[in-house]
Amino acid sequence: MHDSRQLKRERFTPLTYLLLAVALLFTMILCICVGSVSISFSDTITAVWNAIRGVPASGSITGNIILNVRLPRVLCVTLAGAALSLCGAAMQGLLRNPLADGSTMGVSSGAALGAVIAMAAGLTLPGFTYGGIMVTAMAFAFGSLILILSLAYSLDHSLSTNNIILIGVIFTMFISSIISLIITFASDHTRSLSFWTLGSFSGVNYHQVTLLFIALVICGSVLFRFASELNAFAIGEDNARHVGVNVKRVKLIVLITVSVLIGVCVSISGTISFVGLVMPHIARMLVGPNHKRLLPASLFSGAIFLLLADLTARTILSPIELSIGVVTSLVGAVSFVIIFYRTRKRG
Amino acid sequence: MTAILRGSHITVRYGSRTVVDDLSFRLDEGQWLMLAGPNGAGKTTLIETIAQGVPYTGSIQWEGRDLCALKPSQLAQKIGVLSQRNNVGYAYTVEEVVGLGRYAYRSGFFSNADDHGEALVENALAMTGLTDLRHASMLTLSGGETQRVFLAQVFAQNPQVLVLDEPANHLDLNYQQQIFSLIREWLKEPGRAVLSVVHDLSLARHYGTHAILMDHGKSISQGAIHEVMTPDNLQQVYGINVYEWMQEMLSQWQG
Repeated sequence: MHDSRQLKRERFTPLTYLLLAVALLFTMILCICVGSVSISFSDTITAVWNAIRGVPASGSITGNIILNVRLPRVLCVTLAGAALSLCGAAMQGLLRNPLADGSTMGVSSGAALGAVIAMAAGLTLPGFTYGGIMVTAMAFAFGSLILILSLAYSLDHSLSTNNIILIGVIFTMFISSIISLIITFASDHTRSLSFWTLGSFSGVNYHQVTLLFIALVICGSVLFRFASELNAFAIGEDNARHVGVNVKRVKLIVLITVSVLIGVCVSISGTISFVGLVMPHIARMLVGPNHKRLLPASLFSGAIFLLLADLTARTILSPIELSIGVVTSLVGAVSFVIIFYRTRKRG
Repeated sequence: MTAILRGSHITVRYGSRTVVDDLSFRLDEGQWLMLAGPNGAGKTTLIETIAQGVPYTGSIQWEGRDLCALKPSQLAQKIGVLSQRNNVGYAYTVEEVVGLGRYAYRSGFFSNADDHGEALVENALAMTGLTDLRHASMLTLSGGETQRVFLAQVFAQNPQVLVLDEPANHLDLNYQQQIFSLIREWLKEPGRAVLSVVHDLSLARHYGTHAILMDHGKSISQGAIHEVMTPDNLQQVYGINVYEWMQEMLSQWQG
């Protein structure tokens, strides 16, 4: 008698993963081929294949473009998209808040502020020039997260959706003005304001790809390990405690993990808004809210989305390259309104 | 005989407001202890202290061991809590929410070692009449159905003590009767006990074996149900002649 309310979740099988993986691979190849210089599919495959076999690129221009410019960029975008989307999914579950994300909650801006301060002050770790920036970005991301959550908590103990977002937006505006202030005085040391507020992947190298890869593998494993706990939180924090989840410990670990991952992403590509907000929603429509399926689905969909966004950013007005954040914000802001409207209607 | 659960001098303060005031109680095997009292008496807060959800002073002991010393998963295997506010924000299925009741048995490295889990979830779904709704999204359920889902979750959790805040909340009369009879059946197994907040005094008197009557955070009277819920005690707490009122209500159905 209740047939109309039955959900068909069984449709999410290993085949779905396979399809997502194929779609991702296809998008990656597309993004390597298309650009200011179009390169044919076969040339792309040959160049990548030669590189894998260790055959020197023999000085060909296309080989050079593919291996030193496009491939690292595409890999970086893939990893960052996956990471940001994964963080969004984890936060939306943990806080039971469908609008939570690094950018809506001000975590990304916090990380950017950390990175700008580290650059302006010339902070480096011995033997690892990039380390100082990254570690500061992570610390600031975590600090912002704690600050925003405590402010929201002091307003109302249920951590309502709207309060967190409102505080996050105001925090982001505040941080942006501080960032622009610092850049005004220390512009020789840091990257441009538009890099920090809108993000960019131009000029990334394999060093950064490796860093992102390591961060994603470590943080991703931690978040996957906590999939059941995230389900419990998404159903309700009190309920999570009642069924035996160590709520304080899980919350702390997930928030630190998310901060580390966002910190690494922001220090490499600036703040890219809305990826972590929108893609988990798309993934949830495909596979349902259970984090055992949602986290992997978010990983793939985030990567695909950011690849397409980056492709759009660098080709649509070629030879002018748009900031990637322009594209993600256009798509994201509209989605934000739709999601917000739907959650409000539901009550 | 040692009590399963014993609270001593429990006090909860929110700022300058004392919500639970130096309250002590004991819960023995086979008892169904009813917490009664008007709004704001501190019943839900007292339940939250047992669930370790609010900071309190005093102590609560499980068979002589302090509850604070238990890990959350150990606590969940002993005490199952059903709270009053349960709305789910995402489209989880009924089965997923009920299955979460097995969390405490699945956590740790041997995550698939929960052998009885599936049977208990199945049984809990059947007990609460949810088997047909197992794949339904939580977002499509009515208040009463949602309440039954969380009740099923507590049954799947298979604790020794049930702590229930308004288990009859949102339930139609037929389900009220069914659920309360279910809990009474559940209680017959040795080693079990129930502590619940019940607003409906008739239900409390009918199903409870013992009671604590609370007002302004204090225990006014506690003991066997018929000694606690007397016309005099109820008059003192509710400020009306409850006995007369109940008679008047009943008279609506006569003649």
